[in-house]
Formats: sequence, C-alpha cells, structure tokens
Amino acid sequence: METREIFRNFPLFLEIAFYIIAFASIAVFVYGFYRRYKKYRKGRDAERFNHLMARFSKAAAIMAKNSTIFKRDKYAGFAHWLIFWGFIALLIGTTIVALDHDLLRFMNIHILRGNFYLVFSLVLDIFGILFIIGLIMMMLRRSSKPEQLDYTRADKSKTIDRSAYSTDDNIFMWLLLLIALSGFIIEGARIAADRPAWELWSPVGVGIANLIDMVGLNGSTDTIHIYIWWFHAVLVMFFIAYIPFSKGMHMLVDYANLMFKDEMAAIKLPGVSEERQKVSMGYQKIEDFTWKELLDFDACTKCGRCHVACPAQNAGTPLSPRDLILDLRTYVNDSSIGVAEWFEQKNTNGKEQKVIAGGAISKETLWSCTTCMACIEACPVGVEHLTSIVNLRRTMVDDGDMEDMLMDTLANIGDYGNSFGQSERMRAKWTKDLDFKIKDVRKEEAEFLWFVGDYASYDARIQGLSRKVATIFKKMGVDYGILYESERNSGNDVRRVGEEGLYEMLVEDNIAAFEDASFKEIFTTDPHSYNTIKNEYPDFGGNYPIYHYTGLLLKLFKEGKLKFNKKLDYKITYHDPCYLGRYNGEVDAPRQLLEAMGVTLVDMPRCKENSFCCGAGGGRIWMDDSKMEIRPSEIRIEEALNIGGGVDHFIVACPKDYAMFTDAVKTSGNEGKMQVKDIIELVDEAMG
Amino acid sequence: MNILVPIKQVPDLVEELEINASGTDLDREWLKMKLSEFDDHALEEALLIKDDQGANVTAIALASDDIDKALFAAAAKGADKLIKITGVEGSSTHEAAKAMANVIKSMDYDMVLTGVQAVDDRDGQLAVLLAHYLGVPHISVVTGVQASGGSVTVQKEYGGGMVAEFEASTPIVLGIQAARETPRYVPVAKVRRAMRGSTIDEVDAGDLGVSAGSTVSKMYKPDSGGGAEMIDGSAEDQASKIMEILTQKGIK
Amino acid sequence: MSNQILVIIEHLKGNIEDISFEMLGKAREISGSAGAELVALLMGSGVDGMVGQLGIADKVIYVDDTNLAEFNPQAYCKTVSEVVANNQPKMVMIGNTSMGMDIAGGVSVDQNMPFIAYVSGISGDGNTITSSLYGGKMNVDSALSGDGCIVSVIAGSFKADAGRVDGSPNVENASAPDLSGLSIHFKQLIEPEGGDVDITTQEILVSVGRGIQSDENLPMAEELASKLGGAVSCSRPIVDSKWLAKTRQVGKSGLKVKPKLYLTLGISGAPEHIEGMKDADLIIAVNTDPNAPIFDYAHYGVVQDIFDIIPALTDKL
Repeated sequence: METREIFRNFPLFLEIAFYIIAFASIAVFVYGFYRRYKKYRKGRDAERFNHLMARFSKAAAIMAKNSTIFKRDKYAGFAHWLIFWGFIALLIGTTIVALDHDLLRFMNIHILRGNFYLVFSLVLDIFGILFIIGLIMMMLRRSSKPEQLDYTRADKSKTIDRSAYSTDDNIFMWLLLLIALSGFIIEGARIAADRPAWELWSPVGVGIANLIDMVGLNGSTDTIHIYIWWFHAVLVMFFIAYIPFSKGMHMLVDYANLMFKDEMAAIKLPGVSEERQKVSMGYQKIEDFTWKELLDFDACTKCGRCHVACPAQNAGTPLSPRDLILDLRTYVNDSSIGVAEWFEQKNTNGKEQKVIAGGAISKETLWSCTTCMACIEACPVGVEHLTSIVNLRRTMVDDGDMEDMLMDTLANIGDYGNSFGQSERMRAKWTKDLDFKIKDVRKEEAEFLWFVGDYASYDARIQGLSRKVATIFKKMGVDYGILYESERNSGNDVRRVGEEGLYEMLVEDNIAAFEDASFKEIFTTDPHSYNTIKNEYPDFGGNYPIYHYTGLLLKLFKEGKLKFNKKLDYKITYHDPCYLGRYNGEVDAPRQLLEAMGVTLVDMPRCKENSFCCGAGGGRIWMDDSKMEIRPSEIRIEEALNIGGGVDHFIVACPKDYAMFTDAVKTSGNEGKMQVKDIIELVDEAMG
Repeated sequence: MNILVPIKQVPDLVEELEINASGTDLDREWLKMKLSEFDDHALEEALLIKDDQGANVTAIALASDDIDKALFAAAAKGADKLIKITGVEGSSTHEAAKAMANVIKSMDYDMVLTGVQAVDDRDGQLAVLLAHYLGVPHISVVTGVQASGGSVTVQKEYGGGMVAEFEASTPIVLGIQAARETPRYVPVAKVRRAMRGSTIDEVDAGDLGVSAGSTVSKMYKPDSGGGAEMIDGSAEDQASKIMEILTQKGIK
Repeated sequence: MSNQILVIIEHLKGNIEDISFEMLGKAREISGSAGAELVALLMGSGVDGMVGQLGIADKVIYVDDTNLAEFNPQAYCKTVSEVVANNQPKMVMIGNTSMGMDIAGGVSVDQNMPFIAYVSGISGDGNTITSSLYGGKMNVDSALSGDGCIVSVIAGSFKADAGRVDGSPNVENASAPDLSGLSIHFKQLIEPEGGDVDITTQEILVSVGRGIQSDENLPMAEELASKLGGAVSCSRPIVDSKWLAKTRQVGKSGLKVKPKLYLTLGISGAPEHIEGMKDADLIIAVNTDPNAPIFDYAHYGVVQDIFDIIPALTDKL
C-alpha cells in the first residue's frame, strides 16, 4: 500500500510535544498579524471595499502569475515564481498531511494512499527542487549586488543604520533554504531506511537516500530521520511564528495590499473633507493616514524598483520613494499606534521626530517629487507612494512652508490664473501672429474647445508650436475655438504641489467658463491638463470628453482628414509624457501617428509606461533645481543619445517636455547632436 | 503689544495701464487691484513680531471695492482684528491719513506699521502723514524692527547700502520698506475659511477737513525717451552687433 | 507767503548728496524766472564748512545744534517745519529720498501746505509740477489748490552739475527749535559689508535682474563681465534673494553708477533701478519682454533669451 507513516517512530510524548509547539507557533503567527491589523485600524477610512469579488480575483491572478514581479525583470520574476509556487505546493502538501492525519483519519477517510499518494510525492519533490532552485537564484542575484538591492539612502544620511534590513533578508532566505534542504534529508533518510517499492516517485528523496548509503550512514537512518525531522520541525515552527515579525509578513500583507489597491491612485487624488479642513488640509499626525497608507508602509519589501525608477532619486535629490515608505513605516512603528520592530532601520542619533512633513520626512525630500508616478507603476506590491507625498505636501502648503519661487508662482496663479505672472488678458496674445482669428467659444459655438494651457499660451518658445497647431487644425477643417482670457491654469500641478484650495478655485473657474461656452468635446496639447480634466474634474461636476491632440490627430488621420503627403525619413525616438503614457495609458496613438509619417522609431530603454520623467511635473518647474547633481531631463537626453545607431530627433508631445528637453540638450553640452521637436512639427512637415 | 497695520490696494502694474476719458486718472474699468507690496511687507513684519513675542495685530483699510478680500487674506495670515473705515470720499493720501488718524487715535496701540510708500501716492506717503495727524513720531524706509517693552530699535535704510539705527519709544509709526523675511504665502483654503469665519468691523471716518492741496490736471504716459534702438536677429546676430557697437565706442 | 524757494540740503558723513545740487540747480532756474529768492536750509552740527558749496543760493539758513549732528527724523522734521513757518516760502524742495521721506509729509501736515511727491519734472516757471507714478508708467501733472507747496524730488530728475557752484552765499544763522525731549535717538550708522568690488568705480558693469532665475547662473554672468573687463552688479530682487551682496545693488536704495557700459540681463527697468544707472554712457538692455520699461532708457535693446545671448557674447570676447 503506497503511503507513508506520519510521525514515524515517534513515541506519544513527542507527538504531543509537536502539537503543543505547533499550536504555540500558530498562535504567535495569529497574534503577530492581529497586532498589525490593529495598527491599520487606527488609520482613517479609505473606501477600498467596493467590488470585493473583483478585487479578490484580480489580486489572486497577479499573485498566481507573479506578473508584477516578472514585469521588466524576468530573472527575479522567474526565481520568485519558483519560490512562490514551491512554497504554495509544500504548504498545500503539509496541509493535506495534517488534514489526513488529524481529521480525516478519525472519519476513516485516508487520502494519502495509493495513486494519489504517488502523485502527491512526485509533485512535492518537483516543487521542492524548484523551490530550492528559486532560492539559489535569488541568493546569486543578491550576491551580485544589483543597484535595486543597494539599501544606501538617497539622502545619504550617516546616522541611520540599516543593518537590520540585511539581517532580516538573510535570516529569511537561509531559513527557507534550510527548511527545504532538511525536508529532503528527512525524506532521504526515510527512504534509505524503508526502501519502499514506489520510492522512485520521490526522485529527490531517492537521490539523497543513495547518498546516505554511499557515505555509509545507512545504519543510522532512523536516528538521522528523527533528529533531522525535529530540526526541520523546529525551523518550520520558528518560521511560522517568525513570519509576522519579519519580511515574511509580505506573504499576507502584500496580497491584502494588492487587493485593496486603488487603480486610480495618484491619477485621481482624494479631496479634503470639510471636517478635516477645519484642522488642516494635510496630515499632521499618524491617525491622519488612511489604513491603506499604513498597510502600504508595511507592504514594502525593499525590492528597490521604485528607487531606481524615480527621476528625483536619479538626479541625486534626497527623495527615494522606497526610503520615504520605509521612513514612514519607522515613524509609525515608533509612534503610539505602532510597535517597534527589530528589523527596522535605527536612527543612531536618537532624536525623536515630532512632526511628519518637515520632520520625519524632510521638506527637501517631499518637494523633490515630480509626481511622475514611476514609483507606483514599478511597485509589484501595490504601494501608493504618491498619494502620501501629496498629502504631506498639503501640510507644508497649509503652513505656508515653501521656497520663495514656489510661493510666488502660486500667488501668481491665484492672482492671474497662470504660472507666468502675466496679465490674464495676455493669455491669447500668441494668436495675434496668426493670419486668421480663432473662434471664441464664449461667443460662438464650436465642435471642439482647445484648452491651450499656460505654457502653450505664455512661453515664447511654445507659442510658436501653438500657432502651428492652430494652423494645422484649421487646414484640416476642424471646428475649434478657445476660451481666450477666461481660461485658467487647469490646476493639475497646483493640486499635486499640495495647494488644494487654489486647485478647487481653478477648477470652479474653469468649469464655470466651460459651462458658459458652447462646444462638444475638448482637446489639449498638454498632458497635465488632459489628466486632471479627464479624471478629476468630474468630481467637481465637470464631465467633458477630452482628447490629447495626438489622439485627435490619429482619429483625423484615420478619417482621411489628415493627409501625409511627404514621407519623413528621420530616425527618431519618442518620449512618452508621464501624464499621457503612464497616467492615462496613451502610448499607441502617438506611435501610430509617427509610423504613418514614415519615420523610423527607435524607443529608448525606458519607454511607454516606463518612460523617464523630464523633471518638470509636480510643481518642480516652479522650484529651484540648482542644487541637483544632474537634471532628470539631462539624464533622459543621455539615454536618447546612447541609442544604438543614434537618432537625429527627440520627439515630444507635451509643452513642458519641449521646454525641458530643448534646455537640457544645451545645458548637457549636446547641442547639434539631436533635435528636439514636438510631434506637431513632424505633422507639419509630413503634411507637405 | 498692539500693532496696527493700515493696508491698501493699488493698481496692479502687471497690467497695461490706460488713461480715462477726461485724461486725469487711470481708466479704472478693467483695472486689477492688488495689495500694495510694501503694505504686504508691513503686515508680514507685524506677524513675525507676533510669532516671536506675541502681539495683537489689527489690519485697517479704507472701504473700497476689493478690500474685503485683502482684509480676509490678512486674517488668514494671522491678523487678529479687521477694521474697515467707511465714509471717505476722496482718494488723496492726506484724507486717507486723517481718516485713519481719527479712528486710530482712540485705539490702544504700540506701533503702526504700514508700507513706506505706494505706487499712487501722489500727495505723499501714508506713514508720515498719519504720524503727524496722530501727533506721534515716525521713521520711514525701515528694514528692521526689534520691539521690546515700551521701545523699539529700528534700522532705516539710506542709499548705497548704508543703514542708520535708531532707538525710539512707542507709540510710533513706521514706514516699512522690507520685512525681515519674504511675506508668507497664505493658501487659498485658509483665505476661504477666513472669509467664512472672520468679521470685519466697520467704523466711520468722521470729519476729515484736510486736503491734498492739489489736484491732477493731466495724466499721460511718459515719453519713451526715444527708446532703445532694437537689435534684431538670432542670438548670434545680436551678439555680433553688440560687439560691433562696443568696438565702435572704443569699449572693446 | 514770501517769494522764496527753500531747498533742504541733505548730507551724510560730511558729503552733500547729489540730490541737493539737482534741486538747487532747478530751483535757481525757477527762482530766476519768478524773481524769487533761492534759500538753502543746511542743518547739522559743525557743518558750516559746507556753506561754500552752496554758492548758487542767494542765502543759506544754517541751523547748528548737537541734536542735528546725525540725521534724526524727529529733530530734522521739527526744524524744517519751524524754518518753513518762519519763512513762509512759496515752494519747499526736498529730496524724495530716505531722509526726505521722513520730513516732507510731516511739514505738509504741520504747516498745512500742499505736498506733491515723486516729482520728476518742474517747468522752468515753476508752475507745472510733474510726478512719476505707477512704477514710472504714468506721469501726472498737479494743479495746486492751496498756498505754497512742498515738492519731493526723485534723485536723478535734474542735472546735479547745474547746482554745483562754489561761492560765499549770505548765511543766516537760525537757532533750532526746542529739541529736548526727543523720543527718537540715533544709535549708529552701519556700513554695508565690505564689498569686494566697488561698482561705482567700474567702467563696465554687467547687471543681472530676476531674469537670471537662479544663483547657479551667476558664474555665467561673471565670466562675461570679466571678459569685458568689468564686474557684475544687480537689481534689488537679486540682493533680496541673497544671491549677491548689497554692495552690488544698483538703484534708489543701492548705489548710483555711471559706467561706460551698463549691460543689463533680465532687468525689467523699475524706476527705482533706473534711478541708479540712467546716466551710464552706453546702456544695452537684454530682456525677453519687448515691453520692459528698461528699453525706454537703454540706448540699444535686445529682445532675446539671456541664456542665449550670454554664451554668444562670451564666445566672441
């Protein structure tokens, strides 16, 4: 009969001892997670319980496929997948054994028998080996010191000791490896002793059994078996109890975090309720964080993907999304609602931080963010860094705690509705050089409202592009108009800088202007305006269908209204704007448009949803960047210049990108090597 | 300590200014008004003194179209009391100063801080006129104030970076040139909250009986003085032309 | 009302300020055509030696008092007020300066005399008084409706040389009013921090304004200045942001300069700045805004991004 004896050779007291230890460790496991759960409960409400079934299955699918880990890192994805499924298989296997022995047995049901047992043995042996292979792959990866796993802080602090992180990493890894190896040794010892006829269904076990024979330990197999069994059992029980008190917690916490993810995080920012406004627009104490944010802080596994993706980190600023989340975790755990964990980073100068924004997290760190969302996009476990950053910025804005240039810009936006501090009456001055008059949608109806935006209206370089857009759309017979002086800054970056009150004012003013005007749809050349009008204005009662102009151009091309008479034989690269590509998933239309023009498009390594930010967003273009080692835009230009075979054009589809990259080409000393052009310039050339 | 801060709105110079039909004043129809820059500094200095050592700050202004918003913004920044003076018809600084003096003389105050000047002060600056109507001493072009007990130490700026330091007893009127820090930003949400939560006390100006002593006979744009000869072209072209001019003039 | 024009003389550290000579020159012109007496009021302690520089005046009223040794808003205002009360001049001219602003308005209230500020022009017959308001964007002519008038004159409005005449005018020694019981006391004069460079002696100045955007861009301007053989100066906002020392500031509250070449980069041309440099021999202004007021005072104007001009020029030098 194909089966094996559970608790083989165990005197009764040992069986009992085992169960006592098992229950104890499970109790510690439960307690550990319960403690965590209590901590999360102290946070504010977050509406994440909608569509529970869909959430559950979506997270389960991600987990099953490890898709977020595979993304852009096949090696890590594969290794983790092996570990994950190995662990699951062994867990299920052990559960079956427990069920069979502790429950079904008394009901006279025995499943661990016959063919089932054979398949069971084989499957577990295979998954056991895969599990070990995965672990070894990860160990090799870690020992090669990849950039992602370098825990050096972005703010280069000398007083924070992160050695506990590595200790935790090592214990976890070695524990799992030892558990797996010892498990196989037990199997090998048992097989060496019993040599059942079906032993080949446990190939690994057989291999070890033969090894045991080979080294002449055949006579001690029973001893080996029971000692290694206990070694293995103690490790496992320790492991179970250890999970909630180590990085092992990610197994449960991260599933929960993925399940309660907000797909619109950062794209649609939360407002501030009347109640909270009475105290502050931002966060002042721990309990201001939502439970999801508290969960976020624990979910981080220090994988480092957000750290290496972040343009601010790459530029040498003190901001690293990873460090931010870990610092907030530390702050929470040091506070009254948290519990200090042994595997935390330690602040060796012992100063207690009372305040979050400007204290636990430095002002410079918070202001360095360009709100490009690369962190959220890269994170495999659903952390929403950006929302916490904006909430902390709101606190600083509330206190008027900003650098002069930013204060001046916000005051200008408040006074004049634009970030340039120029008269609102000058907003449409760029149209004077056109040889036709653009419709005023306040007075006349048009099919489209062209929401121009600040940079396209007031920046001398971009005004030229605006005139091109105006002329081309007229040539195509598109019926459009603008709001002239009634247009205000769309507010996207004002909101992301943390001036929520000013944002609301701008939205109100813009919606009032929209309502007063007559049009059916909106288009804009500015991805920032596109993002907020599309995703956030509806919350304020403004529902308007809106195109980014590349989407509209493609539509017109498909309808035959836009004709390309000339093939452009340029070799180009296209820079996906953060707010168009990553935020709103629009990466195809511009590419299809470019393809139609005949150019050869070679993408940069970081493209589409993984585009690398120019550094202007989140109000950064309104702040002093003279302290940066190298600007994100300069890093990006280098990336383009490193494309094999070279490209002659760097194509953008956003006014701020145009401004940032034309500057960067000059300041990085690369003038003449590559031309920065807006996509409309190519359209113009291709139209002939 | 009680600090009074008279403030006023002036035409925003960012806009193009036009002259009205009778040629004696600005065309005020499309005019945008904003808080006088120096009054902003005076308010900031008062609030910084309040932050440092505690003080009661009152913002006072003559009634005018937009003034409520400016007063509420002052409250949002930290002013404790808001006063609006009604019943002043004329717009000369003398009348404004007398109106302020009428209201202030019955108040308990240690210092009056106001902007050293404003862009439309044709008949003089408020600080000095107010001080003399009140009969209290005054110092203008102040860039530093240290207050304690019944006296103040004041730094007054001369030209060329020279600074004169004075010690004076209160009450005193100071014309502020610059606060010790850039005036703080007040978030829109706070101003809105102030609009809902604060009140503006209205007081009548009383009898004025003063005048500027002169009226505007004509307002006109200054001659562009011939203006500059503009150099066109690309930056390269322009740089070349500049070199030509410098060589011609024997400078380079 | 006597037929007298009273000019208040301003002095600091033993030097009579240029504004005083500007006013004397103009006052001579007006008094000449109106047949009025030109009287200069000199206050101080032991400064009778300065009288010799006031040769253009018909008379100098000299008030010597230890309380007037250093400028004191209270003491000086009271003294001027008394002299005005005793002499009843039909026009009092005071500088629209830091010292002047402490006096003019006070005398206007105390003596109930009309007061016109920010005066940038007075007609030869003294009847048309022009003020420069709204940041220099508008001129306003005032018509008097009371007896006499006090005018405060913006520095640089008239030619100082016209008033610089040595001589021995009549001196009337007047005693100061009761200056006991002053509540304002002079403590000390604070010189600006040792400037490395004295911009008033430089022949070539490259002056930066808000358009320079960041202190990180100053080295660029410094290189250009050094290649031209000059130094960097600036407008007020640069000093406020603490990017350059106060000793580099050109303007009303900074220094007056008269270099051979004054090249401005990103300066808009506010009147307070113009006051400090309008006498430069050659003014070339660079600004991206074609409507910047600086173009009204420059000899040559360049509408261009300063970050394109600076390297283009530097390369050619």
